[in-house]
Amino acid sequence: MGDVLAYLESPVNDRLLGFARPLANAAGGDLVALLAGAEPETKNVSAADVALEAAHPALSPYLPEAHQAVLEAAINDVSPDLVVLENTTAGLDLGAAAAAATGRPFVGYCVELAVEDGEARSVSGIYGGQLHATANTRLPAVFAINSVALHDAPPAAGRGERAELAPPAKLEGLRTSFVEPVEQPDEGVDLTKADRIVCVGRGIGSKENIEIAEELAEALDAEMGASRPVVDSGWLPKVRQVGKSGAHVTPKLYLSLGVSGAPEHVEGMQGAELIVAVNTDPGAAIFHIAHYGVVADLFDVADELTNLLGE
Amino acid sequence: MNVAVAIRLMPKMGDELEVDESGTDIDRELVDLAINEFDDQALEEAVLLKESTGATVTAVGLRSDGVDEALRLAYARGADRLVVVESGESDTYDSRTGALAFAEAFRQLEPDLVLTGVQTPTDVFGQTAPYLAASLGWPQANVVVGVTLADGTARVVQEYSGGRLAVLGLDLPAIVGVQSASSPPRYVAMARLRQAMTEASIETLNVSVDAPAVPSSVVSLARPTPEAQATMLDGDAEEIAAKLVEVLRERGALTG
Repeated sequence: MGDVLAYLESPVNDRLLGFARPLANAAGGDLVALLAGAEPETKNVSAADVALEAAHPALSPYLPEAHQAVLEAAINDVSPDLVVLENTTAGLDLGAAAAAATGRPFVGYCVELAVEDGEARSVSGIYGGQLHATANTRLPAVFAINSVALHDAPPAAGRGERAELAPPAKLEGLRTSFVEPVEQPDEGVDLTKADRIVCVGRGIGSKENIEIAEELAEALDAEMGASRPVVDSGWLPKVRQVGKSGAHVTPKLYLSLGVSGAPEHVEGMQGAELIVAVNTDPGAAIFHIAHYGVVADLFDVADELTNLLGE
Repeated sequence: MNVAVAIRLMPKMGDELEVDESGTDIDRELVDLAINEFDDQALEEAVLLKESTGATVTAVGLRSDGVDEALRLAYARGADRLVVVESGESDTYDSRTGALAFAEAFRQLEPDLVLTGVQTPTDVFGQTAPYLAASLGWPQANVVVGVTLADGTARVVQEYSGGRLAVLGLDLPAIVGVQSASSPPRYVAMARLRQAMTEASIETLNVSVDAPAVPSSVVSLARPTPEAQATMLDGDAEEIAAKLVEVLRERGALTG
């Protein structure tokens, strides 16, 4: 019996269940959704065969140590062939840790996953999405799935049964605590409402060069956006970040300069109506998501474009 | 208070990579190695903790080509103590064995807090921080964007999808997977770097790792097969700009 256990985060989104259903079919078992919280949500889990609910006050808000204890208990209880998590913060906290604690191998950054003859074949996006690593893994195993591989199409209904998972004893002796949420100042910038965005990536090279992109943004009446490395380098403020840990944007125009198109970035901008990418690397992943691409020096193109728009 | 930073060497991000003849690894002849970008952030956060609390910072790397230079750079950036761990050869993708070697080193070094980068480009079989936490039995948090120390605990700011943040408290010793430091990694002047290259001494720590057999293997590495490909515009910069303006006009993406 090859069950699939899917760890679902709150608020529950059933995209991971849609991804996991073919795996449960191929492995010949149930699709079990693990829901952990003070009062586990039961919305959006009809795609599972069994919703396994773990209720305990320490599970809300999210605390890595508490959720790890529950995931391990669920793995020991269900003995699934496959455990799947989304490659989010919780996925990074829990995936490899739960795998190690339960003696299973772990495969991360998966964009494809299939089961054949008791083995999993996965494709992982690595080196910032530049390369895909195909791996074979003996089951049982734990897999973290990149968010870009999950789709919004409503998954087929499962049996919709419910079961309870007894809270593990570890929840009574936690060495970590949730202190407080961080209120973030309103800096008057909301990229989610922008019609046009000029987004700079690592290829911009330095803080001084940002000005070249800003001139283009002004000529286009666009907001400035940035990928994570640009923000981490302190070249633009966090409020300008587009991607997994920044804004999820849907502008009419998204023009990127020197953005490679790592999966974490694509997650935040793939909903743009028109995507134009300028990058010196013809193999950059951004060209797989862009509608129009330019392989050229971004500074030359930005300057010419600014001039032309200014005429 | 002792803060240790686990440092890995990785191809410089942004460099174009080619697959080698084996078909399962990158062509390493063509790449420059540098401190993994997230480890660089972890190092910066450790040095910020040193500045705010007087903590001692130990930079730890596994024996590999270039590790001595990387550790000396860490010294120039503010690390107090440098340790190379001798644990034998390991496979590029076998991040678990690497993590177990680090774990053994930390058992001996007994730091109060271990910081490392939240991920590397090659840890397809698992990130170091959760493996360290599992091996040492210490609490952990990942995707952390700031660390402070108070009353024997670490307070970490953890980041979630969409940039939401929360503060967690971790009893020490603990493991933290850093995404970004509280402020960007500092610039090191060439003179300081040259000084570090001659002044810094590196300790060696021998560890033996009893790693479980890895039931996973990378069977091929390749450029992704695109599901779609952009329409490419070519010409010189002026021609490209003209074509782009035409596209933007046609698609109604311009104002006015």
